[in-house]
Amino acid sequence: MIQRSLALFGGLFVLILVIGWVMGLPFTSSRLVEAAAYALIALGLNIQWGYGGLFNFGIMGFLMLGGAAVTFISFPVNPEFWGSDGPMMLGRALFAFAVGALIVLAARQAHRIGITGKWKGALTVLAWFCAYVLYRSQLDPAAAYIESAGGGWVGGLGAHPVLGWLFGGVLAAGIAYIVGKICLGLRTDYLAIATIGISEIIRALIKNMDWLTRGTLTVSPIPWPTPLPQDYQAGGMDIAASLIAARAGYLVLALVVLAIVMWLISRAYSGPWGRMMRAIRDNHVAASSMGKNVTSRQLEIFVFGSVLMGIGGAMLVSFVQIFDPSSYQPINHTFLIWVMVIVGGAGNNWGALFGAVLLWLVWVVSEPLSKAVFDFVSYWSTNAGWGAIPEIEARSAQMRVFVLGMAITIALRFAPKGLIPEVVKREDARS
Amino acid sequence: MTEIIFFINQVVISGLVLGCIYALGAIGITLIFGILRFAHFAHSELMTGGAFIAFLLASAFAAWGIATPIPTGFVVLPLAMVLAAILALGIDKGFYAPLRKRGAKPVTLLIASIGVTLMIQGLIRLFFGAGSYSFFENEPKEIFRIDTSAIGSTRPLVITEPQVLMIVVTLVSVIALHFFLTRSRLGKAMRAMADNADLAQVSGINTALVVRVTWVIAGALACMAGTMLALDVTLKPDLAFNIILPIFAAAIVGGLGQAYGAIAGGLLIGFAETLAVFNWTMLFRPLNAILPDWLQLPAQLALVPTEYKLTVAFVILVVTLLVRPTGIFKGASS
Repeated sequence: MIQRSLALFGGLFVLILVIGWVMGLPFTSSRLVEAAAYALIALGLNIQWGYGGLFNFGIMGFLMLGGAAVTFISFPVNPEFWGSDGPMMLGRALFAFAVGALIVLAARQAHRIGITGKWKGALTVLAWFCAYVLYRSQLDPAAAYIESAGGGWVGGLGAHPVLGWLFGGVLAAGIAYIVGKICLGLRTDYLAIATIGISEIIRALIKNMDWLTRGTLTVSPIPWPTPLPQDYQAGGMDIAASLIAARAGYLVLALVVLAIVMWLISRAYSGPWGRMMRAIRDNHVAASSMGKNVTSRQLEIFVFGSVLMGIGGAMLVSFVQIFDPSSYQPINHTFLIWVMVIVGGAGNNWGALFGAVLLWLVWVVSEPLSKAVFDFVSYWSTNAGWGAIPEIEARSAQMRVFVLGMAITIALRFAPKGLIPEVVKREDARS
Repeated sequence: MTEIIFFINQVVISGLVLGCIYALGAIGITLIFGILRFAHFAHSELMTGGAFIAFLLASAFAAWGIATPIPTGFVVLPLAMVLAAILALGIDKGFYAPLRKRGAKPVTLLIASIGVTLMIQGLIRLFFGAGSYSFFENEPKEIFRIDTSAIGSTRPLVITEPQVLMIVVTLVSVIALHFFLTRSRLGKAMRAMADNADLAQVSGINTALVVRVTWVIAGALACMAGTMLALDVTLKPDLAFNIILPIFAAAIVGGLGQAYGAIAGGLLIGFAETLAVFNWTMLFRPLNAILPDWLQLPAQLALVPTEYKLTVAFVILVVTLLVRPTGIFKGASS
């Protein structure tokens, strides 16, 4: 088992070297930083699916939350907004939100004054409606005012990006807690569909709340936690060297975060907590009869996994320096992560890490590779008199999706437990 | 009266059209769930793939110079449905049957269906690019404008030919499916297997045949839904990928595994989406004349802004899962 893992990681290292040699160091260094962030996200999914057996298909929503969080924390302050009436109006909207929440909570307690059954249901619906109308009546003018006269949008807080990453984790945790409270009672495929639905709702909100996130207008440039290439260039370094130096700095920071997370979750996995989680995953009825609180343990694991997704999403956004809500797609940000974990090996942290780096490299390399293949076929078919392949550029960009689908299909068929499968330790094992 | 005609155009017709599309898609999903017990994500690609098959056939017909009074895309639909059914059988044979034989859990089949989604989507984009196509490049899209001045309206009632056809074929196929499920031997076997697969097998039902028939029906209906949608709007590679979640919502709201529930759920979601973004001021504008000055209706009085139209389906989905996870017609429980 160890030998196989070492061989696979060795192969991955060779692959990185080959890509570095063919595509150049600046390209490879960026991809490696992204791979580190994706590894963090894949570890988050591995906690949820590999340890806990929870079917989270809303990864995209948590990545967006992380991105929005780091934008909010680390982008420079927008003085125009803070000098206008905007904060006051937003405060009123927040107050309306609180009052609405109180109305709903009060309606839920209606049985105490003798309103039960259908009447209570009707009252709850009415309370939700009133709260919604109240909130919209305060928020809509505030949003319209900020977008037209109050500086365009809220702006950031101008804090250090690493604080933004942490806030990404906190925000994702908060939303995951609410989502988990709502959805975790559901059976697996219902949970998958519900989480997809929630991630689409999050996407619609972030995309359209222009006053908070600037929506499709996008926010850039988001500052880096480490020195930018421009800083190195100001010190007299040439462009290529500065790119590599800056990205290497970012990569080191990302790897430090990854190493800390890996150490923590490996310890948790091999401890009593990890054993309990696997027991719940494999047979939650038996686990609950042993006195484990299945619902709250699952909620716990859902929140922990989402924290890593939020941090990873924040790292990705601050690396590319632009937060563009319309660039988030379920294929690129949810299904890709799933393929990483399934191919790598669900339930094994090294497997998830391996799958994340491998699949990210395959994902980015499959476009230039298929372009090369198409160019070759096109050259051959032109010589044979059949004419060239039209629109090679656009077509090879679409091959990534096909390659991703093929990777997961092959993995499910021939290595259903992943390339580095979960190791089940037994006390009485004789092997 | 103008306001009421406007309401019919904006809500009744477009809600019905959207509901029909959702219902046709949801029937396939709910049948597959009932028989094979997994959420089939690749249904969206069956729809898109079916629409592209119909598009290729229609282009071939146009190239041979066959002209028809009704849209060519509709004429070739039966042939396209047969091909799509074969495609669905092939996908099952190639991807799901080996996993089922190994005894894989429904969750694994769900993940496999996502792999299939990605592969078909990649292939469609590879061959057709990312642009959009129209069935009506060589023929006009007929629009019926029914004059309603007799009842005092200044606006006509507008409905396009594909929309009329869509409502008609949905009705016909739903009735046909109803008779198939309740009257024919195979339909009864299907319902028995959806109820209890093991019991159906020991009582001598050919379960392999039932599975094949399920894929044929699901593939054909998906092709019909996809083609009808493409006739109504335009054909593009992510035609159905974007609406697969509302379709799932329709299937779950109706009760997974319940064919009639899927129809009810589809119409419910379709109408809910159009009603939620409808600007009610347009309907109640005449009231402004009798209402006092301080109670005039605002210019915009929609429940949710238009850009959140798709989220309506998800909110209904989540609320249904919380309040009544079995759906309106008691389906498979969570």
